[in-house]
Amino acid sequence: MKAHLTRRYIFSASHRLHSDILTMEENRAVYGKCNNPHGHGHNYALEVTVSGQVDAATGMVCNLVDLDAAVRNEVLERFDHVNLNLRPEFAAEVPTTENLSEVIFQILRQSFDKAHLEKVRIEETAKNSFEYCGS
Amino acid sequence: MVYLTRKCEFSASHYYHNPDFTEEENRRVFGKCANLNGHGHNYTLEVTVKGEIDPQTGFVVDLKDLKEILDREVLDALDHRHLNKEVPEFARQIPTTENIAIAIWQRLESKLKVARLHRVRLYELPDLFVDFYGEA
Repeated sequence: MKAHLTRRYIFSASHRLHSDILTMEENRAVYGKCNNPHGHGHNYALEVTVSGQVDAATGMVCNLVDLDAAVRNEVLERFDHVNLNLRPEFAAEVPTTENLSEVIFQILRQSFDKAHLEKVRIEETAKNSFEYCGS
Repeated sequence: MVYLTRKCEFSASHYYHNPDFTEEENRRVFGKCANLNGHGHNYTLEVTVKGEIDPQTGFVVDLKDLKEILDREVLDALDHRHLNKEVPEFARQIPTTENIAIAIWQRLESKLKVARLHRVRLYELPDLFVDFYGEA
């Protein structure tokens, strides 16, 4: 039987939405307050969904210890309590939560192979959430 | 096609233990969950059914019926129970969230007459849940 397992994690980071290919006025028009020069922060809630056959011996899609370790080492260590704009992942991209979802999906696809990565979902605030499924 | 989700809660205890594993393997694979004295959770269950809207009632499913099936087939069997000791499915299977979600699906699927079961979502904790769509 195939099941989907979702685990939720919290991290906090700052960012500023600003595109070098837009003028100052355009940045202000597109990003509004998110373009303020010194940035701002969020408590991000990250949901990672993996899927696979439920192992007959363990009753598990994958061991949570392994998933937690991958997310902690590869995602939370990188992005918790940092300025996202200064991370190399965002050297050439605006750290919108759309782009952050895609970046985290790619990181986990590379680093976690104990189950199939289905989806990354990020709540930037209680009102805004973003999902990326790999295409 | 419209999807309707009903939410309910139950509290139960369990432990994870595979008799084919050594005690050391059980401890390594299942960690604290392997403690044979058990522990418990407040589970939150979301059952999603799908179907066409009945033109006479405007319902996908009569919620009274769905609630009655959930109470009888799931909550009466699982709420305030020790899953390993009191629920037949877990006499041999380990009551992980994955297996509980599958067991709930199997208990509900044949009982629904009007709408079809779409998803069973079971939260073991606010930060951990399993979805089962009936896939083999």
